[in-house]
Amino acid sequence: MSTELPPGHDHVPAVPDEPIANPGLPAHTWRPTDVDPRAEKRAERQVAALFLLSMVCAVLFLVSYFVFQIGDNPDSFAGLGASNVALGGTLGLALLLIGVGIIQWARKLMGDHELVEMRHPAASPEEDRVATLAALGAGLEESGIARRPLVRNTLFGAMGILLAPAVVMLRDLGPLPGDKLLHTVWTKGMRVVRDVVGTPIKLSDLEIGDLVNAEPEIIFATNSQGEPEYEGVDLQIAKSKAAVVLLRMDPDDIIPGKGRENWSVDGIVCYSKICTHVGCPISLNERTTHHLLCPCHQSTFDLADSGKVIFGPAGRHLPQLPLAVDAEGYLVAQSDFTEPVGPSFWERDSKDIGEQGEGS
Amino acid sequence: MRLLNRSVNGWAGRVSRHRRGPLAGLMVLLLGLLFTGTLYAAFAPAQAQQASSDADQVAKGRELFLVGCAFCHGQNGEGIRTQNGNQIGPALVGVGAAAVDFQVGTGRMPMSQPGAQAQRKPPAYNDEEIAALAAYVASLGPGPSIPTADDYSIDGLSEDQRQEAIVRGGQIFLTNCTACHNFEGSGGAMPRGGYAPKIRGVEPRYIYEAMLTGPQAMDTFSNGNLSPEEKRDVIAYLGTIEETPGYGGFGLGGLGPVSEGLFAWLVGLGALVGFAIWIAAHTTRSTKEKVEA
Repeated sequence: MSTELPPGHDHVPAVPDEPIANPGLPAHTWRPTDVDPRAEKRAERQVAALFLLSMVCAVLFLVSYFVFQIGDNPDSFAGLGASNVALGGTLGLALLLIGVGIIQWARKLMGDHELVEMRHPAASPEEDRVATLAALGAGLEESGIARRPLVRNTLFGAMGILLAPAVVMLRDLGPLPGDKLLHTVWTKGMRVVRDVVGTPIKLSDLEIGDLVNAEPEIIFATNSQGEPEYEGVDLQIAKSKAAVVLLRMDPDDIIPGKGRENWSVDGIVCYSKICTHVGCPISLNERTTHHLLCPCHQSTFDLADSGKVIFGPAGRHLPQLPLAVDAEGYLVAQSDFTEPVGPSFWERDSKDIGEQGEGS
Repeated sequence: MRLLNRSVNGWAGRVSRHRRGPLAGLMVLLLGLLFTGTLYAAFAPAQAQQASSDADQVAKGRELFLVGCAFCHGQNGEGIRTQNGNQIGPALVGVGAAAVDFQVGTGRMPMSQPGAQAQRKPPAYNDEEIAALAAYVASLGPGPSIPTADDYSIDGLSEDQRQEAIVRGGQIFLTNCTACHNFEGSGGAMPRGGYAPKIRGVEPRYIYEAMLTGPQAMDTFSNGNLSPEEKRDVIAYLGTIEETPGYGGFGLGGLGPVSEGLFAWLVGLGALVGFAIWIAAHTTRSTKEKVEA
């Protein structure tokens, strides 16, 4: 407290050390179970009952494991699989009741001491800090890291060069995709077939308003040994990139894009099924408007107008597959897609409709 | 009026004179039989087998059509457009009997009010009237006819063929239908207030007709698109979805992550918060002092 008071203020009343008497902590009040033996007994029985119920549930779990049928002809309970409901319900209750019992035990019966931990500074005492720094300094001095630069520098070098194996291992994430993103398995003259069943589609099969989820014929084709042309991962990749939707609409509804005048056949148009935003498969088509909606982020494409984006986050129109009819009357592709399908990527060009007509 | 009264009174007087005659009982019996028989014939439910000829059906359907449908669809089913080109009711030439059976049979038509989409509701016409309407609309132009049970039932197949049909139907369903109707057939939202309806619990005939005719904004899946067998398989698969018990527990409407996430956040986390509050809450305190033993 300052002792240099201004003149006239030298008679400050003496302040006692504790202006208000410290009331201390309030007196401890006991729980009913601490003071009433009957309440204590009751709580004890409650906890034991919870543990006993847990045992019952565990036994019921074992029973239902053997009782309920699973597999081809499962038992059902209220429209649910009886086995799963019983196993999950009983095991969950068995564990929950142990937990509930322990909490009830702790709250009602375990020791009821009130503990007070006074606050103190978080830092270590001054002498501890001095001693620690001294020990650190002594260690550095004894290791001689400052006096032996050869040892120190080679250590840094050894640690630094360890980065190289880590960087080289990143190569295994590759190889780089090359031009795989630019092409699909569609080729000139390949038939358009129905997905799942793999049957080719005749021009005369489709009525106005029909929508077909289709794939290229090669997805279902076999080679000369009778084995599938594409299998496993290759099949999935080929399928996912080449999937298309085929629609027949009133030919008068179509607004042909520049260079796309002969891409449709009698009102039948074919577009990639992979959204150009983040690649969800889309086939939510409205027959009345020819709008194709992506369920993921609501991008909407106008299939009567070259697949232009009319709503949503997609940045590019939907790639269109040029169609033709072969000698037997089946729908075929005129070529591969003239642009990469699916979401945008860095190396992609940014041509829009009209700049990338047939064959470009 | 007086004349009528007089003649009725005269007739009653004559009947009255014979009411104790020997044949009166028989006459009353015959009259009673005639009366009840006529009443029954007038009010009894009409039998479907009362095979009226096709021409009669079409004529009856046209009558019903002019009263209930022509306001929007035109007096000859040609469709009506407003002056600025909006469609009030589309043309019905060539939609076929299947479209009528679907739209009227599921109560979607007649629409109760104009809107984004016709709602499913109890049908406004009985089966006989729907058949007549279907016959009339089918007579306007060739279109798909109403499928029969043979078209969508797999009862005639062997057990192996049935399994095969269900598996194939499932793949076709997942490829062609789930985009709009959801992976369990629970339906989903479509642009501008439309929606794809729930297709679980719908009669197979209506599912078949919907595929055939493409109601509202739905694409059609004509027989050239999905063959009749493929349609049958899809319906068989939908049947198994309904029969299979929910093996993953509560389906929450089969709506996917939205309903499941809501349930987990509200009910699951809500219960955990409740437990946390219980654990940390003060227990009851007594005013009594503890007696040290």
